[in-house]
Amino acid sequence: MALLNINNLRIEFPSRHGTVVAVDDVSLNVQPGEVLGVVGESGAGKSTIGNAVIGLLEPPGEMTEGHVLLKSEQIDTLSLEEKRKIRGRRIGMIFQDPLTSLDPLQTVEQQLVETIDLHLKLGEAKSQERAVDLLRQVGIPEPELRIKNYPHQFSGGMRQRVVIALALCAEPEVIIADEPTTALDVSIQAQILELMRRLCKDKQVGMLIITHDMGVIADITDRVAVMYHGKLVEEGTTEKILGNPDHPYTQSLISAVPRPDVRLRRFPMVNYIEEEGERTKDLDLSTHWLGQARDFDAVEGPLLSLKNLVMTFVTKPAFLKRNRIMFNAVDDVSFDINQGEVFGLVGESGSGKSTVARMVCSLYTPAAGEVNFAGTDLTKIKSQNELDYYRRQMQMIFQDPFSSLNGRMKVLDIVAEPIRFHKLASSNQEVEQIVMDLLDHVGLGAQAAVRFPHEFSGGQRQRISIARALATRPRFLICDEPTSALDVSIQAQVLNLLKDLQEELGLTMLFISHDLPVIRQMCDRVGVMKMGKLVEVSATEDLFENPKAAYTKELLDLMPRLDKLSHEGLELEDA
Amino acid sequence: MIAFIFKRLLQSVVVMLTVALIAFAMFRFVGDPVNNMVGQDTTDTERAQLAESLGLNDPFIVQFGRFAFNAMRGDFGISYKYRRPVSELILERLSATLELSFVSAVLALVVGIPLGVYTALRSKGIISKGIMVLSLMGVSLPTFLIGILLILLFGVVLRWLPTFGRGDVVDIYGWWTTGFLTVSGLKSLILPSITLAIFQLTLIMRLVRAEMLEVLRTDFVKFARARGLPDRAVHFKHALKNTLVPVITITGLQLGALIAFAIITESVFQWPGMGLLFIQAVADVDIPIMAAYLVLIAFFFVVINMVVDILYYAVDPRLRADAAV
Repeated sequence: MALLNINNLRIEFPSRHGTVVAVDDVSLNVQPGEVLGVVGESGAGKSTIGNAVIGLLEPPGEMTEGHVLLKSEQIDTLSLEEKRKIRGRRIGMIFQDPLTSLDPLQTVEQQLVETIDLHLKLGEAKSQERAVDLLRQVGIPEPELRIKNYPHQFSGGMRQRVVIALALCAEPEVIIADEPTTALDVSIQAQILELMRRLCKDKQVGMLIITHDMGVIADITDRVAVMYHGKLVEEGTTEKILGNPDHPYTQSLISAVPRPDVRLRRFPMVNYIEEEGERTKDLDLSTHWLGQARDFDAVEGPLLSLKNLVMTFVTKPAFLKRNRIMFNAVDDVSFDINQGEVFGLVGESGSGKSTVARMVCSLYTPAAGEVNFAGTDLTKIKSQNELDYYRRQMQMIFQDPFSSLNGRMKVLDIVAEPIRFHKLASSNQEVEQIVMDLLDHVGLGAQAAVRFPHEFSGGQRQRISIARALATRPRFLICDEPTSALDVSIQAQVLNLLKDLQEELGLTMLFISHDLPVIRQMCDRVGVMKMGKLVEVSATEDLFENPKAAYTKELLDLMPRLDKLSHEGLELEDA
Repeated sequence: MIAFIFKRLLQSVVVMLTVALIAFAMFRFVGDPVNNMVGQDTTDTERAQLAESLGLNDPFIVQFGRFAFNAMRGDFGISYKYRRPVSELILERLSATLELSFVSAVLALVVGIPLGVYTALRSKGIISKGIMVLSLMGVSLPTFLIGILLILLFGVVLRWLPTFGRGDVVDIYGWWTTGFLTVSGLKSLILPSITLAIFQLTLIMRLVRAEMLEVLRTDFVKFARARGLPDRAVHFKHALKNTLVPVITITGLQLGALIAFAIITESVFQWPGMGLLFIQAVADVDIPIMAAYLVLIAFFFVVINMVVDILYYAVDPRLRADAAV
């Protein structure tokens, strides 16, 4: 008998529009010392399983069929009080966002001692000792001192360690980790996964790890269960699922994972979930509006050339200038982007990637340095008209598709706004026709124009963002983490679309991402940033095969190894 | 921390000077001070002399400086109507207003917070829904109407409680009069303090409820439950404390509003406080009293706000900024 058994679980969410079956006939088991991964895209019902096991289903969700057994003892039928006693004591849980998982008004010690004393009844002094010991186990330096700190005094990775310590308070037999590293940088992710794996083996804890990230799966799990629309579609060893999946959904999911090892021309067969946008008509770019007025001022040399760019923020304001503490978010960064090239900028959070992007499109004014676009230094431009002229030529696509579109405007108006502002079309009918063609061109279909953003999924919204960016007929696109909020299959579709558009329109792109495999698939050359400085610039394949800077090597080492992925049927990029 | 307090103090001074300027402007632009002080048969020469001796011919900035300096010492001149120093008149009535406001504030907090917590925790219950409907009435009914209805019911129909004045008061320290020590004083407090408290009470309750519902949805509450903490600890140790952080600000502001807007309640119940004095002063164009009242209320607001800011600082460790490691 396994440590944790989930048998024929069915969870329903009754609503006014009928019952939604979030989990349908799912059976799983976890052995002691084993890490079972549950993978699937958003809405697949994977988190609901975790919540059901621990007895914390969000109302009105309810378990209508199935059992949960912990060491052969049925726990789903226990009273509320009995279930509460199991939580934390026998089943520990780790959540996604370490920044919000801890009570901000209590010290780490208060939270640890409260939990330890509750479950183990050790008394104040013994609990404190154990708390310090736990922090040491999860790798927090100077635990005796740090334990007196409040959560905000820890960095994201350290906070996730505290969260893990809290989950380990009473030595639970099973740990459920719901996206434990999604909010963390890749270097921190590697450390946290290593820590979890070690704890799991040392203490013979069974772990259920819920994630959408194939990298995490490849790194830490022994077995994988793949969920799709509430159903378990496939289960097997990690090697089998990654290398030779049987079910078409798993195959499609695996093929959409950006590969760190080889560069593909396109992502194959990614439209299992959301139909990849079909264009209903082909635009003849030589005659269509979108293809016209592309005769920009000819540039000799690079299209964009950054010279010794510096951006400073005040981190501690003070009345006297000398008391202020300044922070160089971007420190002496110089690089060129050639016409028609996709330039990647990679680095961990806080490395200054997005700040560079914002300076390029004049959202921030650099403290020093030059932003030369098509031969003109944008930082020297004084008149708004002249700035608009250059801004029309460069557009930005943001990370969060939910907050970057105005929810009160129809898609038609969202996409038409730049056309109207820059007066790029002569009549309203023409504007509407252009918008419909654009929406069709990004694979949404012209009928999307009359709807509001909230009617679309994340991937579709990102297509709207792309259509909006194309609406000024730009020559230069800045994509700031354009797919990091999206599911992997949707990400593959959006990346395919960006690749197609880039080729078709000869766009130049600055592509910012923290995700190295995505960078490898998208970019011609890459710059690596660390703490505001540019540590290396190389051609993409050189960077991956033959990194020069020590930091680049470190990043590449930390990248989840997806060696187990199958190589069948891939369409490799011509060298 | 010290820099923070210093900055707030500096801002407070600017606010006080601005209010003083407005108060001072009333002397200049609302009626003629000389006319207010002399009779019909005063000659022009005498008027000119009086104006000179009052310093009305000095440059504006000198006059304002004098006003601000005197105000700082608590000297707001002499009331046109009562012919007594304004500071004396206000001091006599200050205790009445402060006692009323204090009782109302305590009432609003002691009833408002628990009701807010209850309605948040049992948000689907019948009782909660009933409370929410009643609270809507509390927010929307005007104060004077509530006062009059209470007088009608408890004063006129049931004849349980007095409907005007403070009852018997006891002097302490010579200038502070209190109604807390006599039965009639306490009885007199009941209706006006309830009237004044009802709006604040419902506001605090709705605020606590909304904040609490918000906090109950946060990840750290979910994580606390997942660690097996009992509901009592989750609700009162983690959720309530986080709820109260933003509530402190609003409550502080409302306390200032209680003192300032006691005017209406004081008029309805003929409560001998500053508000009533102010209303009468408006009717009589008694500018020194109006000016003093304005400055005093502004002063209360500034002090309360400052206390709230410092309290905020003490309660929320995140504001004591230090970098994450």
